[in-house]
Amino acid sequence: MPSKRIKTPFPKGTYYFSGNEAAAEGSLAAGCRFYAGYPITPSSELMERMAVRLKEVGGVFIQMEDEIASIGAVLGASWAGAKAMTATSGPGFSLMQESIGYAAFTETPCLIVDVQRAGPCTGQATRVGSGDIMQAKWGSHGDYQVIALSPWSVQEMYDLTVRAFNLSERFRVPAMLMADEAVGHLRENMSVQDEVEVWDRKKQKDGAPFGTDEEAGVPPMPVFGEGERLAVTGSTHDACGVRKTDDPEAHERLVQRINEKILKNRKEIIETEGYFLDDSEWAIVSYGFTARTSLYVVKGLRKENIKVGMLRLKTLWPFPEDEVKALGQKVKKIVVPEMNRGQVFGEVQKYCRCDVIPLCQTNGEVIHPEKIEELVRRTCR
Amino acid sequence: MTRAFEKYLRPGVKGTPFCPGCGHGLLMNHLLRAIDELNIDMQKMLFVSGIGCAAWIPSPHFDGDTLHTLHGRAIPFATGAKLFNPDLCVMVVSGDGDLTSIGGNHLIHAARRNIDLKVICANNQIYGMTGGQAASTTPKGAKSSTTVTGNPYRPFDLSYLVKAAGATYVARYSVTQPIALIKAIKKAIQHVGFSFIEVLSPCPTQYGRRNLLDRAEDMIKDLIQRCILEEEALGLTEEERAEKIITGEFLK
Repeated sequence: MPSKRIKTPFPKGTYYFSGNEAAAEGSLAAGCRFYAGYPITPSSELMERMAVRLKEVGGVFIQMEDEIASIGAVLGASWAGAKAMTATSGPGFSLMQESIGYAAFTETPCLIVDVQRAGPCTGQATRVGSGDIMQAKWGSHGDYQVIALSPWSVQEMYDLTVRAFNLSERFRVPAMLMADEAVGHLRENMSVQDEVEVWDRKKQKDGAPFGTDEEAGVPPMPVFGEGERLAVTGSTHDACGVRKTDDPEAHERLVQRINEKILKNRKEIIETEGYFLDDSEWAIVSYGFTARTSLYVVKGLRKENIKVGMLRLKTLWPFPEDEVKALGQKVKKIVVPEMNRGQVFGEVQKYCRCDVIPLCQTNGEVIHPEKIEELVRRTCR
Repeated sequence: MTRAFEKYLRPGVKGTPFCPGCGHGLLMNHLLRAIDELNIDMQKMLFVSGIGCAAWIPSPHFDGDTLHTLHGRAIPFATGAKLFNPDLCVMVVSGDGDLTSIGGNHLIHAARRNIDLKVICANNQIYGMTGGQAASTTPKGAKSSTTVTGNPYRPFDLSYLVKAAGATYVARYSVTQPIALIKAIKKAIQHVGFSFIEVLSPCPTQYGRRNLLDRAEDMIKDLIQRCILEEEALGLTEEERAEKIITGEFLK
């Protein structure tokens, strides 16, 4: 594994950061040296910090004319050799979708931080939501895979940004940090270590950049300007990048590989955390900010000896189906609280035979513990 | 294509994908001649294109790095690559619909920033690849598959638009003016800053056949007759001027 430990560009210590600031520092620690973005609430603090910090570490920052241009510049920079990122929220995330499909199909590493707000449409720009979870997976046309992670704390805004970059480089796939307004604007202590483990894309002189012998392989990625005579295209292409616009086999092979390289490597990508699950009869499946509330509720109910536990999804895409399936076989009922109309609930239901109960809230506020507690008390008996 | 220029083509390229009479093959030739005369190392060139016939001029034919992007997005991709690696010589080659309609916002903002990109806009005044629909560059009154009784709207004057947006080298020539055009491409390559060349390129298949210029040579003759220099336009009446296309360097 060509991962290595590198020194972080920010001094080791404990900091009282907001989630957005922590994600900016995490990206720099992972080696990000290119940011292109467009202002949007509630993600703008991330861009503002990158504008200052990239100058300090010798990277490139540019404010583009819109989100389509932002993701375009990120992908261009990625092929020029940069670890590159952008950050946005719902409306901007919608505008980026076509280019996310381009990144998936051309296997271009990049990071998109989506600090989700209350949608649809302009919705409530300053309020919280997590309605972009399905969009992260299905937003662009055609069949492709992405990697999407869900942070629940300021520390994880830092740590999972590093991890998202590493997975993106490792699998040559667009990675997404599906934060929400509550985590993005949350301030709490977090720590920065001296070093982090980073992964850099595999380079190989004269290697075919768009094909491997393995069905689920990740090809090496060359860089512009190094004499590789790269041909990159969003049309169907062969292993060397030459357009194959009417070859059924070439299309099948490519679509299959960009999907399988993620799905066959689920074990390496997926992370979940279990709380009080050993003897649980009931469980909450939760992610993002809502998981903090859920854990608070679980701890409270445990004091009354109610056998409830929690499975926290740190990875949303590829979906942790094995973990959820195992949980469904173990407990009697699963509650899924989320700040949307049941986007992850539907996925959980897909993999579980037991009763799955949604708790949907789309009022622009975080879900209060009383609400989750009441539902668990009412249904889990 | 002159055989001597085959060295600039990607191994395995056997021909162009363009229709008979298309001007894009000529433009391809002019671009390679400019590169040849400047003795530029193709390995340091990055050609970025969008979607459409003109986007296929460099991709995948040219033997440098080629980046064939999404419809309208060539300039943002090029901006990212150039900013991260300033040693690259980044040339954007794409069509009028791609660069000035769906990608119009990116074009004016890149001109405003004056980033060192060489943008070659092959203007055939129509959406060729999709079947001849009206573009933002289709002349008023011209017929297309979406303006069957004639285009009711005025076209953009692309060169003036980009000049006003802040580009620092702007020229317009037709593929029928090879000497001046090659000179302009060479200037654009050597210029440090945002350069824009609007290249008029005939599309007999989609534009000509709907506008009484059925044969390829009719379109070529029409361009030769209509493309004049700014100074030649001075003595003309308003009516006579409307028939002509003013070519030349508008900013140098």
